[in-house]
Amino acid sequence: MPQMASRPLSPHLSIWKWRVHMATSIFHRVTGNAMVFGALTLFAWWLAAAATSKEAYATFMSVAGGPIGWIVWVGLSWMFFQHMLSGLRHLFMDTGRGLEIGIAKTTATMVFVGAAILTAIFWALMIFGRGLV
Amino acid sequence: MASGFNSASDLKRVRGLGASGTGVHHWWLQRVTACSNFVLVAWFLASLVLLPNYDHGTVLAWVAQPLVAVPLLLLIASLFWHARLGVQVLIEDYLHQESQRLIAVLALNFFILGTGAIAAFSVLSIALGDPRG
Repeated sequence: MPQMASRPLSPHLSIWKWRVHMATSIFHRVTGNAMVFGALTLFAWWLAAAATSKEAYATFMSVAGGPIGWIVWVGLSWMFFQHMLSGLRHLFMDTGRGLEIGIAKTTATMVFVGAAILTAIFWALMIFGRGLV
Repeated sequence: MASGFNSASDLKRVRGLGASGTGVHHWWLQRVTACSNFVLVAWFLASLVLLPNYDHGTVLAWVAQPLVAVPLLLLIASLFWHARLGVQVLIEDYLHQESQRLIAVLALNFFILGTGAIAAFSVLSIALGDPRG
């Protein structure tokens, strides 16, 4: 076995300097992995409860419709929009564009601002937009 | 021996599969499922806004439609696949011991397959079966 290099081999939060483009990368990973164990589990629970019985569905709704449920839904929706926008940024950068520091910082800032705006629009539609169609 | 820096052995370069042993397959599928997630989650969120309410009967009637059940099944496949690929990268970045890595990836696969199967079967049983309202 060759000797392993002693340099850090993975993204290390304690070594990297916090900048907006670095934060976008960390947030992409954190939101993505949090959604796997949060959103996907709740999504499966929702569907399974609906398919099982009225009582099982009522149990899900009592949690989902409560104050903790609301915090979770708003949090997950923000995580989704954050992950979606930084994912689109990744796809854009995969084409070899936007890699210069100035542009990378601008697009990273756009991700954070855009995610907040999309979350606000989504909940405005959820609360006030029901009669639109 | 070749001069200069080479990150791969001759055999690895001939096979073109790199350190992972599977080439760019994982990387590519992550992008493909990212694109399908984008379309399918947008559809799902729009549907959540447009549903009049989330009562049991409303949700059952909604899921039972072919043009809802099929996109839902595609959404489940795309989301859970993307999730599996993403968490696998996290595990491979932070677990350096081969045995830990193996166990963590196995546990991840069982979790993804388990929750994904529950979600998919629930949609199918609502769409095809006679759920107990």
